[in-house]
Amino acid sequence: MLLKHTTKEVRERTALTVNPAKTCQPVGAMYAALGVHGCLPHSHGSQGCCSYHRSALTRHYKEPVMAATSSFTEGSSVFGGQANLLQAIETIFAVYEPEIIAVHSTCLSETIGDDLGQIVNKARDEGKVPAGRHVIQASTPSYVGSHVTGYANMLEGIVKYFAEKTDEKIRQINLLSGWVEPSDMRELKRILKIMKVKSVLLPDTSDVLDTPMTGKFEMYPKGGTTIPEMVSMGDSMQSLGLGEWATQKAAITLDNQCKVPFDIIDIPVGLKATDRFIQALAKAGRVSIPEKITEERGRLLDVITDMHQYLYGKRVAIYGDPDNIIPMIEFLVDLDMKPVYIVSGTPGKKFEKRMEAILSERVPEAKYKNGPQADMYLMHQWIKENPVDLLIGNTYGKYIARDENIPFVRMGFPIVDRIGHSYFPTIGYMGAMRILEKILSALMDKQDAACLEEKFELVM
Amino acid sequence: MPNRKDFTNGLPDPIALREEILKKYPAKIAKKRIKGIVINDPNLEQEIMANVRTIPGIITQRGCTYAGCKGVVLGPTRDIINLVHGPIGCSFYAWLTRRNQTRVPEGGDNYINYCFSTDMQDENIVFGGEAKLKDAVREAFEMFKPKAIGIFSTCPVGLIGDDVHSVARDMKAELGINIFGFSCEGYRGVSQSAGHHIANNGVFKHVVGLNDRERVGKFQVNLLGEYNIGGDAFEIEALFEEAGITLLSTFSGNSTIKSMEYSHTADLNMVMCHRSINYIAEMMEEKYGIPWVKVSFVGAESTCKSLRKIADYFGDAGLKAKVEEIIVREMAKVEAVKSSIKPRVEGKLAMMFVGGSRAHHYQDLFGELGIRTVSAGYEFAHRDDYEGRKVIPTIKIDADTRNIEELSVSKDETHFRPDLVEKKAELVSQGFEFKDYDGMMPEMLKNSLVIDDVNHWETEKLIEFYKPDVFCAGIKEKYVVQKAGVPLKQLHSYDYGGPYTAFDGAINFYVEMERMLATNIWKMIDAPWKNESELVGSMTIEY
Repeated sequence: MLLKHTTKEVRERTALTVNPAKTCQPVGAMYAALGVHGCLPHSHGSQGCCSYHRSALTRHYKEPVMAATSSFTEGSSVFGGQANLLQAIETIFAVYEPEIIAVHSTCLSETIGDDLGQIVNKARDEGKVPAGRHVIQASTPSYVGSHVTGYANMLEGIVKYFAEKTDEKIRQINLLSGWVEPSDMRELKRILKIMKVKSVLLPDTSDVLDTPMTGKFEMYPKGGTTIPEMVSMGDSMQSLGLGEWATQKAAITLDNQCKVPFDIIDIPVGLKATDRFIQALAKAGRVSIPEKITEERGRLLDVITDMHQYLYGKRVAIYGDPDNIIPMIEFLVDLDMKPVYIVSGTPGKKFEKRMEAILSERVPEAKYKNGPQADMYLMHQWIKENPVDLLIGNTYGKYIARDENIPFVRMGFPIVDRIGHSYFPTIGYMGAMRILEKILSALMDKQDAACLEEKFELVM
Repeated sequence: MPNRKDFTNGLPDPIALREEILKKYPAKIAKKRIKGIVINDPNLEQEIMANVRTIPGIITQRGCTYAGCKGVVLGPTRDIINLVHGPIGCSFYAWLTRRNQTRVPEGGDNYINYCFSTDMQDENIVFGGEAKLKDAVREAFEMFKPKAIGIFSTCPVGLIGDDVHSVARDMKAELGINIFGFSCEGYRGVSQSAGHHIANNGVFKHVVGLNDRERVGKFQVNLLGEYNIGGDAFEIEALFEEAGITLLSTFSGNSTIKSMEYSHTADLNMVMCHRSINYIAEMMEEKYGIPWVKVSFVGAESTCKSLRKIADYFGDAGLKAKVEEIIVREMAKVEAVKSSIKPRVEGKLAMMFVGGSRAHHYQDLFGELGIRTVSAGYEFAHRDDYEGRKVIPTIKIDADTRNIEELSVSKDETHFRPDLVEKKAELVSQGFEFKDYDGMMPEMLKNSLVIDDVNHWETEKLIEFYKPDVFCAGIKEKYVVQKAGVPLKQLHSYDYGGPYTAFDGAINFYVEMERMLATNIWKMIDAPWKNESELVGSMTIEY
């Protein structure tokens, strides 16, 4: 057994987290900043933070992930990190020549009270920021929230710095994306094109973290939201935030700063969340929904009805980030599956309300928890008490899946042992079909491997 | 895809390359960096600047002190709960990301697959986290009943004044198991190296010597600085077992805390990764009189040399004969594979920038295949790892090094082994070398470029200049280098392959190099129509 010390007796914990279903803010800030064109993320803290975040993102994407660090030592930790950040800004512009440096803090620089805004201003005053280049910042203390919070804070930092309101409105919408894959961002753009809704997508990691092999390394790949696009966001007709945890702060900032009204909806995972997304797009863009979209929806429904018998009543355990798993859980319920165990390390009171709304009638037996000690260890204990038919979550679930012999579908961050997530979307109707395909394959592979010989089926 | 260069008549002087690299830096940085980039001449005594701060803003390979302490030295030990005191990230990122394989006997403990954290929140930062840490230790004890708990400090811990050592003492008294803390905050040193030293100190203070064990073998040894990446330690263990050498403890691949507790009853310490573990070897010699020798099991030749060195140390005719028998048998297998692969890869060029010993050891493996190392350097080593231990007395102790406690170690009168001291003196008089590490530079080619703490800009320039056939580094560098059309072999994780130690490991590595160097895939990067002129056809669809 890989997790041989996990027992089914749940002991109330108040201090110890075991096998977390979250990580810390700065990695989210780094990921969001990579979705900006010509931007080098910068970690204001110890070298280890930057190294760990780059490694985590690299393992997930199998792509270069460039970022710099303030390389704190004991001295900077005692006397403050100002000198390190000033030096870093100078070094980065001289050696790596980005258009933008996106600085995020760490638990170290936050604990000692470094004021990023003040230091960045000092860098500007001292002429360390060349003309036409930019330094933006986000406060991302690791001891608050989770990686999703860091993503949200960097998104807010980006729009705060760049979005400008002029006298002329632009007939476009701002699409603020929650934490999804480059493939999903590409899919969002495809859907927008079909819908004929002009928009600015922020961030956009497609063509950054899924670049082709060319034999030439590009430090700043062609993808990412550009400066003119980000500036124009202040003149957009409306903002649409996909995922409350990740995008609400940026949407509110755009409203406060540039009077761009906003709607927050779920990331379009599964049937209903995609329905709402398409309707919201149509409303925001004042367009009717093209037949092509309705056909995609129809194909999804066709697959669901065809394969319903394999899904009905199956018990599922799922863990991940609220923005991603809320619509996913709703989709599972629509498939007549039973998401019975749910954990998310990311805090937020709204989570419980959403779970209650989605689950209370259809899956009253469901157990869910988010925030402190809502970890994979707890979920595993629940599974030991009463098994499930399917496990959904990031790569760390494979230890539980093997020990308990549960079919396992990888979704979320990080996925470090399989490819596909960068290239094949899981959002929209087409993405929902891919999710279905993965779920069905996992369930059927187990049936094929484990059923009695006389029960072995050719056609399924 | 770069065109390969022909360096058959020796390596070119890379002075122009160095100039070009430095030209990009602001003057102050250039002045510092030049001391870390040495054009090697094995006939000269050259000095390299190492173990100094990375310039802020530079995209470095390096990690932090916590990573070195938690991840490297105690991470591979299976029966201890390694509890990380800090915000969640530090524990999360160190969760199963190093490939420390371990074989758990029936009924044995194994916490390696778990991640433990106090998940500090803002109120813990404001009001202190000691109470939460104590509760977390209690909860871990009640839930798992471990034999030992190690507490690892992350950056905020030292800053807010949490005393992990006093918490450890209190909890040890309350719970009655071994509990100890490490002040390994990420900022403590200039790289992971500081964390290795802190871990060495902690393990020596709190674990080594806790239990005696009756002698179980004629030749009792410890293996230090072998972390069982990809099963490396399993290969070495098997060799020792066959030779009749009793391996008491490994620091720390495939290890248990229990085995470390009686490791002071060994007759010899063998040091693999000099950088990360020489401190314990030195302290054990002072306290217990156990001498240490440098060994390497990376490469078939190095393995032969190391086995013979152990046999010579014990001076036992039976052991010597057994070792020779193993060498003859295994080398026949090694030669058979090597002779089929070497002609396909000979003359290729390699570069390696990794760790504190691997960038040196792996040059041996490449050498066996006739692959030349044109440039190499360490991520977190010190001058002695480049230039040899002879320079240790001349290394300047700077403020960053002074941060780390130097334990004062004295003789343990009960356990001290005067017989080993005598044995050592006698062997020394016969020319046998102890503490024998000459570093990487004397073994490298003339005009090879030795670079400490290589960074991204330098990596790009190196690839452009040398057009290597294979580049060895870590995960952060992997896809950067590969996007430039050069295959990269990770020498931290082995790209999830291995083992690469001892004889079977060498064979694995040869085969891996054949895979990487003989493939045609890199030649297919350009589309066949790359150079065709653009046509606009009459059947173009108009949207």
